Amino acid sequence: MKLLIKGGTIVDPVARRMFPGDVLISEGKIVAVGGGENLANGEIELLDASGKLVTPGLVDLHVHLREPGFEAKETIETGTRAAARGGFTSVACMPNTNPVADNKTVITYIRLRAREKGAVHVFPIGAITAGCAGRELAEMADLKEAGAVAFSDDGHCVADSGVLYRAMQYARMLGLPIIEHCEDTGLSAGGLVHEGYFSTVLGLKGIPAAAETVMVARDIILAEATGCKLHIAHVSTAGAVELVRQAKAKGLAVTAEATPHHFSLTDEAVLGFDPNTKVNPPLRSAADVQAICAGLRDGTIDVIATDHAPHAPEEKDVEYGNAPFGMVGLETAVGLVWTKLVHPGILDPIEAIAKLTINPARILGIPKGTLEAGADADLTIIDPELEAVVDPARFASKGRNTPFAGWRLKGLPVATIVGGRVVYRREAPGG
Amino acid sequence: MKLQNKDLLGLATIKTEEIELILDTAARMKEILSRPIKKVPALRGRTVVNVFYEPSTRTRVSFELAAKYLSADCINISASASSVVKGESLKDTARTIEALGADAVVLRHPLAGAPQLLAGTIAAPVVNAGDGAHEHPTQALLDLFTVKEKKGSLKGIKLTIIGDILHSRVARSNIWGFLKMGATVSVCGPATLIPKDVERMGVSVHHRMEEALKEADVVMMLRIQLERQKAALFPSLREYSRLYCLTPERLSLAKPDALVMHPGPVNRGVEISAGAAEHQRAVINEQVTNGVAVRMAILYLLSGGEG
Repeated sequence: MKLLIKGGTIVDPVARRMFPGDVLISEGKIVAVGGGENLANGEIELLDASGKLVTPGLVDLHVHLREPGFEAKETIETGTRAAARGGFTSVACMPNTNPVADNKTVITYIRLRAREKGAVHVFPIGAITAGCAGRELAEMADLKEAGAVAFSDDGHCVADSGVLYRAMQYARMLGLPIIEHCEDTGLSAGGLVHEGYFSTVLGLKGIPAAAETVMVARDIILAEATGCKLHIAHVSTAGAVELVRQAKAKGLAVTAEATPHHFSLTDEAVLGFDPNTKVNPPLRSAADVQAICAGLRDGTIDVIATDHAPHAPEEKDVEYGNAPFGMVGLETAVGLVWTKLVHPGILDPIEAIAKLTINPARILGIPKGTLEAGADADLTIIDPELEAVVDPARFASKGRNTPFAGWRLKGLPVATIVGGRVVYRREAPGG
Repeated sequence: MKLQNKDLLGLATIKTEEIELILDTAARMKEILSRPIKKVPALRGRTVVNVFYEPSTRTRVSFELAAKYLSADCINISASASSVVKGESLKDTARTIEALGADAVVLRHPLAGAPQLLAGTIAAPVVNAGDGAHEHPTQALLDLFTVKEKKGSLKGIKLTIIGDILHSRVARSNIWGFLKMGATVSVCGPATLIPKDVERMGVSVHHRMEEALKEADVVMMLRIQLERQKAALFPSLREYSRLYCLTPERLSLAKPDALVMHPGPVNRGVEISAGAAEHQRAVINEQVTNGVAVRMAILYLLSGGEG
């Protein structure tokens, strides 16, 4: 059976152009992308995309699917359904599960489970160190053979510079990137929110911006010394943006991501003590948010990734200090990108889509994020004018921990296609 | 006039007229405390529950007496003796207390924001009796009451708060309260104990005590906790004391009629010398007495009483 996506505006982040056209899909692959000529005949299913954007399937290189070990928070099944509902066709999942994905058995389990239950493609990320404990290296070559696409101890920074130095040498040999969660725990210990006026007013222990920035500096130095590809996770400070900018100017293989919450919210959101605003790195100052937006605009920040971090409702329904860090992001990401970046003119749709598709795919070295003929038919259809209010009760994720409940977002995914199959379609209207 | 909110969670968001209402009502309550029979039937048949997740003698006893002088029944729950040790969440504890029939809940908690969580869970009024380093509104109100009683007015008063501002809920509530009442406020302490961007609250910052004391009408000393030294926030108690201990000599740099205040408990010889703590201008014990009157006023007003 063939599928024709008809009448939309194609957004091609590789060729960097937008044009009216149709996409023909057959047997799970893209057959042709055309500018209006009659692509197909015979028996064919039609998907009307008029007034909408047709983009490569979105890639989120930073999610927590929580399985194995934390199935009360999320499973591969629910997490990938959330991804589909958010317009993502591929997700890379972090290794801080239980057991930790620091061995090929866990990586293999995740891939099997994803094949069985997953609504979208899942690319596991292996741990840098055994147990993400920061001491001994994980069996990184084994992890790669089992299917890991990158290495990270996300949730933790590799504190020991000697360990990270060797991990980078080893990862370079394997040709895979290191994804670092940059946090100097000597500076951040016990901290709950960004250190600034609002931490002062609320009496919550602050995490200084320097906690992230010093580690970004160290990591760039180590990346330069080893020649390893370094990807900085969830950049949140102006200082980190500037360091990445300088590293790129020097020609280093350094890339960076920003999350929707770090470009959409400032630390002022913590007023009122909503535990759904508790996230690590914390929501930062207005000046930091401006720097993130500038970094997205000038290309310093390559990727928009969600750091989707679901928690069970009862875990977050406690005192601010007792709540775990993290917020869900898969089902609000596109809406926030359009509402906060595209509609205000910070990013054009091509640039926004590049940061959600080809850029993360290239960093991970996965054959995703393009509309080339012959590529897997992973596509996302976005209605840039569609508006809706965020209602966590409708989330496919088990996690409801979002600070964006009640926000009116404009620009939403309306259909998600994985391997030629429609895995999500928004019911109209208001579905 | 009545209080506008169900709860008293802090002074950051309270209106100036509400502070005035509480202080005026407290003055009437203080008159009751001077009677031979210190009891009025204002809250007869009502139950006040003190829930304390942190050790406290002064504040808990003060609330308990305030409730009893108003003829309320008063129950004390401390974290160690309650279901908390069995792992019950604050919200579940709150629902249980409400189901038992509490008409007002007084909460002391080590974590900032806990009273907000409680207030959003139950219908009964919640009084914040100190939450982490966030706020301690009843302490600030009794401080305002004490200064107003001594000085006649709070307008134009120069308050200086000296010590560990970073961890102090008393400092935060007093900064909001005194500023709202037209006073000027400065804070003083070592750079490691001054919270970031505190100037934006409307205060001036000093690191030299001698400067902070100049022209002060009120000198408020804060307790320094020993564990802060272990966290390397200052080198030693000896050095801290050398730089920031209030002595009669240093006090002479303030206005001749300056008041000496301390929320207690006092570390004599650390942040305040015996000579300063017992100085004729020290009002530390009067603060304690006034605390009962202020808490009577708050319980009365939150229970629907009118000023």
